[in-house]
Amino acid sequence: MTAVSFDNVSIIFGEQPHKALPLADQHQSRAEIQDATAQVLGVHNCSLDVEEGEILVLMGLSGSGKSTLLRAVNGLNPVVRGAVRVHDGQEMVDVTSCSGQKLREMRQSRVAMVFQQFGLLPWRTVAENVGFGLELAGQSTAKRTETVKQQLALVGLSDWADHKVGELSGGMQQRVGLARAFATQAPILLMDEPFSALDPLIRTRLQDELLDLQRDLKRTIIFVSHDLDEAFKIGNRIAIMEGGRIVQVGTPREIFSNPASDYVAEFVANMNPLGVLTARDVMEPGTGQQSTDIETPIRELMPLLRHGPLTVMENGTAMGRVTTDSLVARLSA
Amino acid sequence: MDWLTENKIPVGDVAEAAFDWAQDHGETLFDAMAFAMEALIDGILWVLQTPPPLAVVLVFVAATFALHRRWQPALLVLLGFLFILNQGYWEETTESLTLVLSACVVCMGIGVPIGIAVAHRPRLYAWMRPILDLMQTLPTFVYLIPAIVFFGIGMVPGLIATVIFVVPAPIRLTHLGISSTPKALIEAADAFGATPSQKLWKVELPSALPQIMAGLNQTIMLSLSMVVIAALVGADGLGVPVVRALNRVDTGLGFEAGLIIVVVAIMLDRALRWEGRK
Ligand SMILES: Nc1ncnc2c1ncn2[C@@H]1O[C@H](COP(=O)(O)OP(=O)(O)OP(=O)(O)O)[C@@H](O)[C@H]1O
Ligand SMILES: [Mg+2]
Repeated sequence: MTAVSFDNVSIIFGEQPHKALPLADQHQSRAEIQDATAQVLGVHNCSLDVEEGEILVLMGLSGSGKSTLLRAVNGLNPVVRGAVRVHDGQEMVDVTSCSGQKLREMRQSRVAMVFQQFGLLPWRTVAENVGFGLELAGQSTAKRTETVKQQLALVGLSDWADHKVGELSGGMQQRVGLARAFATQAPILLMDEPFSALDPLIRTRLQDELLDLQRDLKRTIIFVSHDLDEAFKIGNRIAIMEGGRIVQVGTPREIFSNPASDYVAEFVANMNPLGVLTARDVMEPGTGQQSTDIETPIRELMPLLRHGPLTVMENGTAMGRVTTDSLVARLSA
Repeated sequence: MDWLTENKIPVGDVAEAAFDWAQDHGETLFDAMAFAMEALIDGILWVLQTPPPLAVVLVFVAATFALHRRWQPALLVLLGFLFILNQGYWEETTESLTLVLSACVVCMGIGVPIGIAVAHRPRLYAWMRPILDLMQTLPTFVYLIPAIVFFGIGMVPGLIATVIFVVPAPIRLTHLGISSTPKALIEAADAFGATPSQKLWKVELPSALPQIMAGLNQTIMLSLSMVVIAALVGADGLGVPVVRALNRVDTGLGFEAGLIIVVVAIMLDRALRWEGRK
């Protein structure tokens, strides 16, 4: 089932967005449009369906329009043309045209957000920050306390409940941000580079924690990143953006094996293939001694290959084999 | 040159006509304002003057201690009041404190809402700024005259003059605090579905609290600086002996009363100094 559907979304910043639309439709670039009309192209004609329970990563260079597109989901950026439909539990609601009351309802209970710079209220304690969304939705303090406690336990901050957020490190602050978003029980989470402000070790740890949590929570997550390794690690699917337009959507493997343009190819060239490719990508005809599943990442295949070629199995049938040579041949291609 | 002087622009006449008109047509309004302010002043005065002076002093000292959790400011307040009692200025001091407190109530009551309103409407603020400047730069004596015309002699015109002079401070500082709320926090509130009033109460006001408290502090200090001028329109308080000393060229009395005003200023400043969040 579709949780969020971007339908031909265009966003333009400026006083007269409609002057810029025709130019964008002629595929002019952001710079050209800005010179001609003084309007800034945010995103242009983006269409994309996000399925329930998946993690979709919006990925691209700085300024490619990732945040702009993400922020259309909860109406933080006004959409000039097109629609963004979000599932509200019963039906798809177009957040670009619904009433202010409906939009607030969606924000309180359907779509939560995690920010790059955390966006926590510094005069509040950790627990009060986590309960912020529930408080806005009108939940009483007594009722909130239990939920807040659970969320804090989930992100490992139970001991810090009564500290001011300023006393926490960046990584812990972002855990508070995550807990605040989880606390509203919103099935859709928007994450705008939530880990970019953290140092690499903490970043990796939080990525792992997010994946762990996601295994149980099964939320629909739209995750913005400019780091391909992060995107490949976290995303079930990735949408690559360039200059305000989506240039390719697919699973990490599809993108890695079939980059749609030079821009994508350049991204992919810079990343570590070990985490992306699986036995499927490196097999050749034939059989081996031991067997392995077709979805096994090659990082795990390598130690096994020391004992000789491996038969690749898919649903019980042998599909081919992996040898050291076939692996090296694919990696150096 | 002759032409220039013979065709004087009737600034004074126009002002007078405007005041006359206001007096004729706004009588009920001014009466109501005078009534409300008088009630406020009488109430505060009653609270300060009915109990024995030492009891009032103890309440102030305890409040100071409660506010700071340190004994130094509390001790300072205690010594200040003892000095005032020693000099025999208790009644004048309570009258001046009444004027200051009423000015606080009125100025914060008007200034904070206006500050919030203009922070949300930048264009309105652009219009308002010259008016605020005018209120603070116009020599205070100039608006003492209409204050007397509308409200007679006594505490009320003193309060009015004080409010006109002081209210720009809380307006400015509230505006500064509210409009400098980090955009990221407003956005977080929006993203979690805050209504405009939730945003105001849960994000903007707490974020602006240091500036609003600075506004309160300035309000108190500026009001205190008006006690002598308020005495000119018949307000009771520490300004009265100063004015009397001026008329009689009585150096000793003038110095004594002036020193008491300074002592009150220091006490209020130390007792209410906002030290930011800990
Ligand atoms: N509120 C705004 N007003 C005007 N222009 C904006 C606004 N927000 C974004 N833009 C512009 O829209 C374009 C896309 O910005 P966006 O923030 O979506 O990029 P991004 O892909 O998220 O980049 P980054 O990785 O730097 O966050 C940029 O050129 C940016 O300057
Ligand atoms: Mg961004």
